[in-house]
Amino acid sequence: MQELFLLFMAASITNNFVLMQFLGICPFLGVSKEVPTAFSMGLATTFVMVTSAVVTWLVETVILVPLGIEYLQYIAFILVISSFVQLTELFVKKVSPPLYKALGIFLPLITTNCAILGLALLISMEGYGFIQSAVFGLGAGVGFTIAIVLMAGIRERLEFADVPKPLKGAPITLLVAGIMALAFTGLAM
Amino acid sequence: MAEKNRDFVKGLWEENPVFVMLLGMCPVLAVTSTATNGLFMGLATSFVLFGAGIVNSLLQNIIPDEVRIPSFIVVIATFVTIVDLVSRAYFPGIAEQLALFIPLIIVNCLILNRSEAFASNVNVLRAIIDALGRGLGFTWALTFLGGIREILGFGTLFRGTESVIQVLGEWYQPMLIAILPAGAFITLGIVVALFNVIMDESFSIKDLFGGTAAVEKEQTA
Repeated sequence: MQELFLLFMAASITNNFVLMQFLGICPFLGVSKEVPTAFSMGLATTFVMVTSAVVTWLVETVILVPLGIEYLQYIAFILVISSFVQLTELFVKKVSPPLYKALGIFLPLITTNCAILGLALLISMEGYGFIQSAVFGLGAGVGFTIAIVLMAGIRERLEFADVPKPLKGAPITLLVAGIMALAFTGLAM
Repeated sequence: MAEKNRDFVKGLWEENPVFVMLLGMCPVLAVTSTATNGLFMGLATSFVLFGAGIVNSLLQNIIPDEVRIPSFIVVIATFVTIVDLVSRAYFPGIAEQLALFIPLIIVNCLILNRSEAFASNVNVLRAIIDALGRGLGFTWALTFLGGIREILGFGTLFRGTESVIQVLGEWYQPMLIAILPAGAFITLGIVVALFNVIMDESFSIKDLFGGTAAVEKEQTA
């Protein structure tokens, strides 16, 4: 139990996927203008992370390894992830139309979030078991949500700041991310 | 001919994938702690860009429109698997350092962007030239960033190879922050800001000291 808790904390805080491992930078920079959207994006990504962590683990242990075709790992994983995102989209649409509406375009875009594929590959590299994979996925998702919501909060304030012209847009966002990364480095020490 | 030159130069400078279009940010930030890693990652990505560009351009009439994105991704994943196996066999040292980020070339948005927006709409020759330009643009950007961070963080260039260059002497106290994750974000932020200054012809030195407020103050004075 304690081991699982440590795994969760490592994935979400000390080895934060976004700020320490540079996974999922695109949505982190792209979808972090407002807190509510950032939060929904975080939730949707967390959901896909947990489910695809479990499913890719199953695909690897049940199909790839017994058949000895591990070299197809990347192709198999990316197909599983993209079809799973599609499935999640259909499921959410059927079960909760308001949530589906709130997430809109962000749901299909999760396929190209490298945090998802990165998570699946990390699990395979570390050789985690079934429960560990699910916990690791949950931790990664929570970490992603924390980072993107914090970033959105800062950027909402930045709207009113007097930023020098060349730094407007991406550069100031990157500098803010750098300072956040420094804070997270402090937590890891 | 002129058009082809344009395709090539665009990717190198005015539409540089890293500094202008900000595509494929994950590897840009993650592997640029040394110039060696940056160069290797740039070349690996260029190879995939090149291969996927040719195949996706040739298959443009065969792939149905509805399933084009999954088809592109499968083609890209195939080339990434090749790069991964080759680099693990011939460059085990670097492959170990880049670890996760070689397979993650699959989801590098730069490659999907070129397949979707360019290669699948033009003939093979233009796709090749475009891929070479963008690939080279991505490679120099990564090597440049890696170089800055490596000089600040270690005082050397091209560490881990036989031709390592000691840029700064013994007196230099390495700045650890440059090779930490925070250094990646800050270096890229500053370089992108410099690029904005170079690209913006209407830029004046006044813009550096406060954006709009300084101008307003000047007007009221």
